[in-house]
Amino acid sequence: MEALKNFFRKDLVQYIIKRILMFIPTLLLISILVFFVIQLPPGDYVSAHISALASEGELVDADYAASMRADYGLDLPVWQQYIKWVKDIIWTPTDTPYYRLYHSHHNWKFSFAYGRDVWSVINDRLGITIGVTAIIMLFQYLVSLPIAVYASTHQYSVGDYISSIIGFIGTAIPNFILAIVLMYLSYKWTGSANVGLFSQEMLLNGVHLYNFGEFLKRMIIPIIVIGTSGTCGIIRSVRAQMLDEVARQYVLTARAKGVSEGKIVMKYCFRAAMNPTVSGLGGVLSSLFSGSTVTAMVLNMQIQGPVLYKALQSQDMYLAGGIVMVQAILVVVGILLSDIALAFLDPRIRYSGGGR
Amino acid sequence: MAKKKSKEDYYLASQWTLMARKLKKHKLARVSFLILAILYIAALFADFLAPYGLEEFDGLYKNTAPTNIYSVYEGENIGPYVLKITKSINKTDFTVTIGEDLSEYYKIKFFVHGTPYKILGFIPCDLHLFGVGEGSKGGTGAKIFLFGADSLGRDIFSRVLLGARISLTIPFASAIISFFLGILIGSISGYFGGVTDIIIQRIIEVIGAVPQIPLWMALSAAIPPGISTIKMYFYMTLILSFINWTGMARVVRGKFLSLKNEDYVMAARISGVSTWKIIWKHLVPGFMSYLIVSMTLGIPGSIVGETSMSYLGLGIKSPATSWGVLLQEASSVTDIASHPHKLIPIIFVTITVLAYNFLGDGLRDAADPYK
Repeated sequence: MEALKNFFRKDLVQYIIKRILMFIPTLLLISILVFFVIQLPPGDYVSAHISALASEGELVDADYAASMRADYGLDLPVWQQYIKWVKDIIWTPTDTPYYRLYHSHHNWKFSFAYGRDVWSVINDRLGITIGVTAIIMLFQYLVSLPIAVYASTHQYSVGDYISSIIGFIGTAIPNFILAIVLMYLSYKWTGSANVGLFSQEMLLNGVHLYNFGEFLKRMIIPIIVIGTSGTCGIIRSVRAQMLDEVARQYVLTARAKGVSEGKIVMKYCFRAAMNPTVSGLGGVLSSLFSGSTVTAMVLNMQIQGPVLYKALQSQDMYLAGGIVMVQAILVVVGILLSDIALAFLDPRIRYSGGGR
Repeated sequence: MAKKKSKEDYYLASQWTLMARKLKKHKLARVSFLILAILYIAALFADFLAPYGLEEFDGLYKNTAPTNIYSVYEGENIGPYVLKITKSINKTDFTVTIGEDLSEYYKIKFFVHGTPYKILGFIPCDLHLFGVGEGSKGGTGAKIFLFGADSLGRDIFSRVLLGARISLTIPFASAIISFFLGILIGSISGYFGGVTDIIIQRIIEVIGAVPQIPLWMALSAAIPPGISTIKMYFYMTLILSFINWTGMARVVRGKFLSLKNEDYVMAARISGVSTWKIIWKHLVPGFMSYLIVSMTLGIPGSIVGETSMSYLGLGIKSPATSWGVLLQEASSVTDIASHPHKLIPIIFVTITVLAYNFLGDGLRDAADPYK
């Protein structure tokens, strides 16, 4: 109760409001960056589409191309395209009959390749992407925190070296190769390569309690591949923080007073060392999205990475932009949450204003 | 007496001498530095060290495992030699059996003439460190493929060496570019503060918030197809620098904030030293060592990133070759089940990444020599 009361103190609320307000310009800047990036490739979807038609032997005249461009709004100046894009992201009345009649092909958040709304394409896999990322993140922290604490309390021991070697190898071997090798080993040992997150049966009936075990089995390789690529970073920073904390004066004082070693480490040092870890949460989330993108393509996982890859290849730019945008928003929300958690953990931050 | 001398030495030595001394004590960092030096030198003289050229192929040797090297021929030790391979196809189930032609041997020779190339890009030469000469009975056509051959019958060993030129230098070049960009932008942000600082911080936050690989994929998709190798190289370096400078700028800004109120900066300002001179002469050298550390620790990520992008066909594209391009051959389970030698390039990626990581760790320990 006391903690809850503390949480809603005025300074903390002010801090949170301030952070949320700062969130808006950040999102705007991200949208400009994303739009700039998806504009970079030479040509547009229409030219890619026409060249695809031409390769099938169909001739397309210039008028048709021009009218198609006008339909999609690709003939407008770039800044007008950007404004339309942002406007459509924020609000498009997708469910009115008027929209269905006139806007199905005139929408700035329209996926050319899928032939439907960008949001609906993203939405198909958003839940599973967040779910998979959350599971892997949980795994990363569950594995790396105990290892880091052990490594810091037993510096230069055998365990310290072994854990840092495992951590290093996880980062040093590119994800895609680790994924293929594990797939091969899984095929060799169990007779199934465990490709994809869902079995045929799960795709038909959905994931239920009775086939959840199979789903978890299929998560093993992604967890190992994506998880190990980040554990090293976490172990490294937490270990360094812990080593700093263990050398502090207050540890000596506590020890002199007869506080047990376990209590010193867990209750004091670990808590202090957690602060930078919590503030690094946004970065970990970002690197998870990065890591899962390539791995998902190799392992044929039903998350957003492969969709993004295909969208980029076919110059389906609004879909690509939408996916990058959604991931960036998730990361920014992650940073926001970690900043709030940090402000809760460490009162000094609320007064100094800066989060990280 | 001797002890006093060494102590005096310690006080008189410059910061960089002390760092070098401390780095020398770090065994892992020393070994890593040596490995990196060997790799870079090998990449520089790749044309000479590689027995074959980048695009040289032999249809007979498609997908063959590393060539066996023998030394005893018919009970007599004649020094290292290889045998020519034979291929026979089973007419009923079309399986290919690879055998060796024992009738004649091909000695491995050093300093042989082969594919012409240019040393360092301008001295024409056709000498290679090693190669296979004529057979003992005047036959030709035997090849030495130390790491085996790819699906077109090209030598993976030669391609690893030649690909190292791109894989090893792109991350390095982009690290240097982002190093200067980071110092420039970070110092502006940290020194001037105020609105400039807020704007730059927002921009850094935004670039940092967009997940790297998706951003990278989007940027790589912008590389126009069918451009020359040099241009492709240039684009990849730019993309990497664009993604990486933010981390460096953040470090520089943090250091600036803590250093700019020091007395010596104030003294310089009162004496009328210009702002740029204060930044470059008085502030930057104060934390140069930290910058070099974070630069070194940033390179491995770029190497893995470049490899992944090239592997996906979004980075370096054939005919230009990097380690990622070589690994495209190992893109499915069947590939590595039947031709495990195609995974050899990954050993080089892993060794390089580990070496940079250990070197960075050593540098970090040495960065503060007064500790």
